[in-house]
Amino acid sequence: MSANQAASAAGVDLDAGSSALRTAAPWIVAAVALVLLPHLPGLQSSGARSLLSQMGIAAVFALSYNLLLGQTGLLSFGHAVYFGVGGFAAIHFMRAVNAGLGVPMPLVPLVGAAAGLAFGLVFGALTTRRSGVVFALISLGVGELIHAAAGMLQGISGGEGGITANRALGPHPFGLDFASQLQVYYIVAFWTLLAALLMVGFTHTPAGRMCNAVRDNPERASFVGYSTQGVRFIVFSVAAMFAGLAGGLHAINYEIVGVDALGAARSGSVLLMVYIGGEGQFLGAIVGAIVITWLQVSLSDYTTAWQLYLGLFFMAIVLYAPGGLTGLMMMHVPIARTRAFAGVLRSYAIAAFPALASLAGVVVLLEMNYRLSTQPEAGSRMKILGALVDTATPWPWLIAGMLAVIGWLLFRRTRPLVDAAWQRARDERAAQGSKPAS
Amino acid sequence: MLELVTFSLLNGVVYGLLLFMLSSGLTLIWSMMGVLNFAHASMFMLGAYFSYQIAKYIGFWPALLVAPLLVGVLGALVERYGLRRVHRYGHVAEILFTFGLAYLIAEIVVMLWGRNPIENKVPAVIDFPAFVLFGTRYPFYKVLMMAISVSMFAFLYIAFKRTRVGLVIQASLTHPRMVSALGHDVPRIFVLVFGVGSALAGLAGVIGGFALLTEPNMAAALGPIVFVVVVVGGLGSIPGALIASMLIGIVQTFAVALDYSLLDLFSALGVAVSPQASLRDVYSIRIAQAAPLIPYLLLVLMLLLRPRGLLGTRET
Repeated sequence: MSANQAASAAGVDLDAGSSALRTAAPWIVAAVALVLLPHLPGLQSSGARSLLSQMGIAAVFALSYNLLLGQTGLLSFGHAVYFGVGGFAAIHFMRAVNAGLGVPMPLVPLVGAAAGLAFGLVFGALTTRRSGVVFALISLGVGELIHAAAGMLQGISGGEGGITANRALGPHPFGLDFASQLQVYYIVAFWTLLAALLMVGFTHTPAGRMCNAVRDNPERASFVGYSTQGVRFIVFSVAAMFAGLAGGLHAINYEIVGVDALGAARSGSVLLMVYIGGEGQFLGAIVGAIVITWLQVSLSDYTTAWQLYLGLFFMAIVLYAPGGLTGLMMMHVPIARTRAFAGVLRSYAIAAFPALASLAGVVVLLEMNYRLSTQPEAGSRMKILGALVDTATPWPWLIAGMLAVIGWLLFRRTRPLVDAAWQRARDERAAQGSKPAS
Repeated sequence: MLELVTFSLLNGVVYGLLLFMLSSGLTLIWSMMGVLNFAHASMFMLGAYFSYQIAKYIGFWPALLVAPLLVGVLGALVERYGLRRVHRYGHVAEILFTFGLAYLIAEIVVMLWGRNPIENKVPAVIDFPAFVLFGTRYPFYKVLMMAISVSMFAFLYIAFKRTRVGLVIQASLTHPRMVSALGHDVPRIFVLVFGVGSALAGLAGVIGGFALLTEPNMAAALGPIVFVVVVVGGLGSIPGALIASMLIGIVQTFAVALDYSLLDLFSALGVAVSPQASLRDVYSIRIAQAAPLIPYLLLVLMLLLRPRGLLGTRET
């Protein structure tokens, strides 16, 4: 940072070149990583590549939502409308390709984006007239409206069954047939990277900057001469376009789009992703999309209670870490270079023991409850965290309950330890700051 | 025809009064605290499940009292130890907190009572016909529901307009800072309003659980409609909430009873629509099918055209 400032103070052409490289470097790294990712050991199965594709789709969708919530402060409860509309447009287009239209499949997401943009322009003009809570409510109303209407229009939405298409049937440029999950992954990866690049680019344009102004101080923004409604309209349309792109990718990946693609559950899950990842942070939306998709896919293999864990996780973030996961990470950046940072990590390690014990107790209690109420026919003996327990006896309940309570009480006792370690790190940092920068 | 109209009207009024029980608490919470409480319908659901469980042990009438009280205490705790905590992070965090809470409550209900609807039957003590109309017996529990809802309106209206607490609440709606400066404990009023609002939702749940299917999804199905009622009625207005509830209840019940589509209208007018017509999908939608759309259409139109609602004094 300081080296960069010093260089820019020198202000020569040489510097312009290096700063361009600096901006481009993370993107080049990301592109290389995306190319190599599906060939890493453990990620070569079709299932793993499908998971990676889902993460990419979720990332585009979450980034588009982040434009609304993070960049402009617009809380929407109906963003899945544009995802679903893009998905339906794309799947119908894929059917046309199946029927003989000569457009290769990788271009299909563009159709989704166009549909998302068209709907975004129409509904954006209606809904962005207001901001804040009213906007949230209108978005909820529009979401329910479109969802219910789509269910009625069987010819367009396919009703309960959804609409299906075949991605392998169509033109095969360069001999690619798009049947394998690897090829789908590369389509998703390409569009994800491009969409991320465009969205970051958008936040650096004057319009993108005005979004932040409208979020932070709408009154001042309008005094300066900007129409806050106009700014909201622009960002809403752009966000709808990228949501439509994500919907198009969804259509290619699954080859089926149903009414659930534009339902309230999907709108809620993208909100969860962005908030858990960290609203406002560009990286936050991606982190949230990856973590939540992983939880949705992997956790559901292990437990039927995964939605409860997701809810608890979300509530913990809302209550204790409003900056989200990336907020927690960024918090440590200033002290990461201090010598006392090792002490902070040590205090975390100490606090982790009772926390994990408490968590294990809670998990066992929840799992036993879930088993009793949702699968009573499965009997009282079950396996949790590798241990065989019998829910008919009081012992597992007693032990798990004690583990949860005592673990929690001990965890609270470690708080001063963590605070003290943080204080030492902050003091050291302040002492460094007072010295002249080297 | 008269029979259809009478029963639709009656059922519409019952449904509307049920909506009112839910929306009266929500409109107070919302207008005072500015919080879009997504968990309000969850309190309704908890009322239904609690009363089901409690009535198993001590009978229906005590459950009618105990279940709403439990839900009210739960609501007060949520305000005191949850909402107040996230308040400093702003309105978005508050809304998200209630959003997460609604999600969590639904999952906890699944954990305790299972994913399938429970057999929440009308208890024998109130399961008898109140009167006979057009040869159809009208069940007593629906009459009880109407009576509870109407007395709730009377109670709220009088408490709001005539008592000291009501006046302080009214003042807190518009001038929270001034009320606080005059020495009233505004945070405590928040706890009170949240608790009472939740208890009212719980009471609605005890009664409404019989009329609707008692299942973990009921909160998610009902929640958005309650928002519609509050917006249409006008923020913080109890009479407005009553009028809007009745309006939506009656309109929706009548729409369900009307089994016509545009195709029927065309054929009545002698216009033939070919089976290949591109808009045939749209024409063949029956009014009954479109009934779920009506509240949301009303919501969007109201927010765009008259944001302060029917009887509201300030914008949403």
